[in-house]
Amino acid sequence: MTETATAPQIEDPVLHDKGVVSHQTSTGVSNEKLAMWVFLGSDCLLFGGLISTYLLLRHRVPPGHGPTPSHQFFDIPFTSVSSFVLLFSSLTMALAVGAIHRGDLRRCRTFLMTTALLGSVFIAGQVYEFTAFVKEGLGYTTNIFGSAFYTLTGFHGVHVSVGIIFLLSLVVMSLRGKLSGDKAETVEIFGLYWHFVDVVWILIFTIVYLIP
Amino acid sequence: MSTSSTTGTTGGSGSEYAGEVPHADHEAHQHRHPTDATYIKVALILAALTALEVGTYFLDDASTTTLVVLLFPMMIIKFAVVCLWFMHLRFDNPIFKRIFVFGLMLAVVVYCIALTSMQFWSSSYGS
Amino acid sequence: MAIVERPTAPLELTTGEPAVSRPLGGFTRPQATTGWKSWLTTVDHKRIGVMYGAAALFFFFLGGVEAVLIRLQLAAPGQKLYSADLYNQLFTMHGVTMIFLVVIPLGAAFMNYLMPLQIGARDVAFPRLNAFSFWCFLGGGLMLNTSWFLGGGADGGWFAYAPNTGVTFSPSHGMDFYALGLQLTGIASLVGAINLVVTVLNLRAPGMTLMKMPVFTWMGFVTQLLLVFALPVISVALFLLTFDRLFDANFFNVSEGADPLLWEHLFWIFGHPEVYILILPAFGVVSEIIPVFSRKPIFGYPFMVFSGIAIGFMGWGVWAHHMFASGMGPLSVAAFSLSTMFIAVPTGVKILNWLATMWGGKLTFSTPMLFAVGLVTMFTIGGLSGVTHAVAPSDTQQTDTYYIVAHFHYVIFGGALLGFLGGLYFWWPKVFGYTLSDKLGKWHFWTILIGFNLTFGPMHILGLQGMPRRMHTYVEGYGFDFWNLVSTIGVFVITVSMLIFAANILKSWRGHRVDPVDPGPDPWDARSLEWMVQSPVPAHNFDEVPTVSHLDEFWHRKYQENDQGKLVRVATGAEVAQAGDPTGVHLPSPSYWPLVMAIGLPVIGYGLIFNLGLAALGGLIVVIAGFGWGYEPADDPEAHHGPHDHDGHDDGHDGAEAELDEASGNGDETPAAEAEPAGVASGSPTASASDEKASSDD
Repeated sequence: MTETATAPQIEDPVLHDKGVVSHQTSTGVSNEKLAMWVFLGSDCLLFGGLISTYLLLRHRVPPGHGPTPSHQFFDIPFTSVSSFVLLFSSLTMALAVGAIHRGDLRRCRTFLMTTALLGSVFIAGQVYEFTAFVKEGLGYTTNIFGSAFYTLTGFHGVHVSVGIIFLLSLVVMSLRGKLSGDKAETVEIFGLYWHFVDVVWILIFTIVYLIP
Repeated sequence: MSTSSTTGTTGGSGSEYAGEVPHADHEAHQHRHPTDATYIKVALILAALTALEVGTYFLDDASTTTLVVLLFPMMIIKFAVVCLWFMHLRFDNPIFKRIFVFGLMLAVVVYCIALTSMQFWSSSYGS
Repeated sequence: MAIVERPTAPLELTTGEPAVSRPLGGFTRPQATTGWKSWLTTVDHKRIGVMYGAAALFFFFLGGVEAVLIRLQLAAPGQKLYSADLYNQLFTMHGVTMIFLVVIPLGAAFMNYLMPLQIGARDVAFPRLNAFSFWCFLGGGLMLNTSWFLGGGADGGWFAYAPNTGVTFSPSHGMDFYALGLQLTGIASLVGAINLVVTVLNLRAPGMTLMKMPVFTWMGFVTQLLLVFALPVISVALFLLTFDRLFDANFFNVSEGADPLLWEHLFWIFGHPEVYILILPAFGVVSEIIPVFSRKPIFGYPFMVFSGIAIGFMGWGVWAHHMFASGMGPLSVAAFSLSTMFIAVPTGVKILNWLATMWGGKLTFSTPMLFAVGLVTMFTIGGLSGVTHAVAPSDTQQTDTYYIVAHFHYVIFGGALLGFLGGLYFWWPKVFGYTLSDKLGKWHFWTILIGFNLTFGPMHILGLQGMPRRMHTYVEGYGFDFWNLVSTIGVFVITVSMLIFAANILKSWRGHRVDPVDPGPDPWDARSLEWMVQSPVPAHNFDEVPTVSHLDEFWHRKYQENDQGKLVRVATGAEVAQAGDPTGVHLPSPSYWPLVMAIGLPVIGYGLIFNLGLAALGGLIVVIAGFGWGYEPADDPEAHHGPHDHDGHDDGHDGAEAELDEASGNGDETPAAEAEPAGVASGSPTASASDEKASSDD
């Protein structure tokens, strides 16, 4: 007894080049990729909440209760460099995905490692920045500005850090030859996550730093 | 790694599947992903926009309104560019765009309503 | 998702024994499909659905005890059965339990069990993630309830308004358990929602367009989308509360400039979609039951679908009607009052459509139908009181009184719970292979209907007379005494009704053991695809994925139009139903990683409250489980290509099949199957095609 075919063989563009027929789904897109987009849609609500909280609280510090946000308080030049770093990491991520689409595992690995490195530089920059802020008197518990600021940027930083761990896992897997063929999509799906994290930073950089 | 295609055809087979086949979609995928060169161009545009954004830092007397008017469009363009090119939304099945944009718009609308209700936009907020 | 390719064929040992792959040290992939351990490692959506249902009924018992205790205290004025503080814990935990640990998981039970079947799929898109959802939910629910033993239950109301729920005014750990426990149940629901959204979009059988899906699946789909977007908002709120309580943050510290309305907005932006999350699945349930017992298709299917979608959309625009008395200002109040009035419309559409379905139909009032009609009537009453709340001036009098308590119990208990009880009676034969007694079912229904109305009906009066909510006692002489007593009597009638339910289950199960009566695949002459398979549903769901050409596809296979255009029966359900033959079907393999990861999370929770070292340990467990899960292929390469527990089925040829798979180079197909664990439906056409070749060669 043969099982009748389910949805017709719609090709996922990611796998098209590899000549691999992707599994059949009603929409033609892969389950994992669809799941990642749904997750990113929900993450908008998460960061939206944190950003709104920050916006609502940042200027409500009573006088004399610690530092408040301003161009002077933040180190815009320093944070700008961080922004460029993260932006560039998005580029290397896109290049990694491009590489694996062409089957160039080695190049993909190089770009993945570069992305991880740049992400780490970003995190290091955040750590340095926060340490400086603490020295200037803004701790997590100092006032509502501190709580809101560190929570928002902290959540973002955690997202980046989780991403770095995942990047390193991808690198390890590629070294063990487990990232070839139809697994190429894993890199692309992770790339979506990484770009989303970058996009959230685009929002944070403007809203938190440039318009204090 | 060899990929066997002993089963099924690659795309476009006559389907007993009524109505939902995004064949047009399939055709659209023929122009493939952006090349590396495209990605680099996109990155350079983003870098340029970021540089412009940072430039506002040097406008010493800029009011919040001015900054918002200058920076928000750039922020939105950067956001859109990353989503459309780096995240492939421009080239992929529209379902991704719909889901993501829905979440994004929902967040913006809902939180803006909340901010409005808390009188965030009034000049006396926070004082 | 599995991100590793399947390893190549197992090594051939010189002894000729099959080599077993041991991915991590000595731990092999679980393979059992029977026995209690198989439940711990199952990834079968049906078993997961049953576990959700069982857990929900357990928590219903807990929440019910809390309710009885509350009503005992309120039976007469001035009683001192418990302190005000303990009373606060009782009503808080009652609310949290009933909403998050009963109604949500009951909905999850039905949605998990039925949605894949109704769309003609073999499982959900991510079976292991589905298992994780359940265990994570269970961990969160149990953790929340251990608060009773570890310093006291949560005591700030189920809505947990900050700063009242900060450490100053809620010093015990109760609110920490609340915040962290709900984070866990939230993660469970979010992950489950992503799973079901992808399932509905991607795993529909051929011909099953979105507008041919049963109404239940549509309502479930909207519910899952609501969960996806609403849960992060409460997650933010709970994080802020947790950071305030555990790490001394200042989010709700008014002396530092905080605004308590921030909590209220965040909570209710989630909280209002949440109530639609509670009710939509039950709406879906009765949308399945009423047509079957009216022997008519649902009236206005497109309207049922679009009104569900409309409820989903509009539900985002009304949340601050929970805040009319918060001082948010007249503009906000007016705006939300208006939007709230509008949202009654799509629900009204549904009520009318259910009634129109029944109108002119051949009605049979079996137990499921009684409960369905119960939902329609009781929810209408609750909806009407809801409309009075929408009018902000009148709500200002009603808010924080028992009138509100009456409203939400009519919609949640009278609506969601009655609907789910009807669903239990309706689908019980499909899930368990025997029918519950209809006679006892009717006793159950009438007792609970009477008890429920006795308990909550008077609360309308009490509320309008001015009896406030959340007060541990009331004073004589206000005229509250009589109706409070009636209400307490009512809760005992409800208790009796649930005992009747328990007796029904026990009696029917025992009766089935002694003298089995096979209900067959289609005991109700129903309409949708889940009735087209045997009862209980075989592990693999469908022998052959059906090709769908109609809404109510199963019905149309039994009934077709004759020359006069009249619908006549051409086949019985049993004739149309699939035989239950699992040959050639490849199921997703069981796994213990979901359980391990779900255990790590409460450990983090306890650690955050008591000992950060413990939290680190929990984090480690989660990380290890994450890697273990990621490195585990979605399908066990050692697994047979059919279920193991099928009686009399010869599995002997499986090994030969596996070898033939390797030999003919079809091994490369299975990585595709593993990459898309859900794609058993999709992966297996290829696998089974080769299986077929293999078995025909045997």
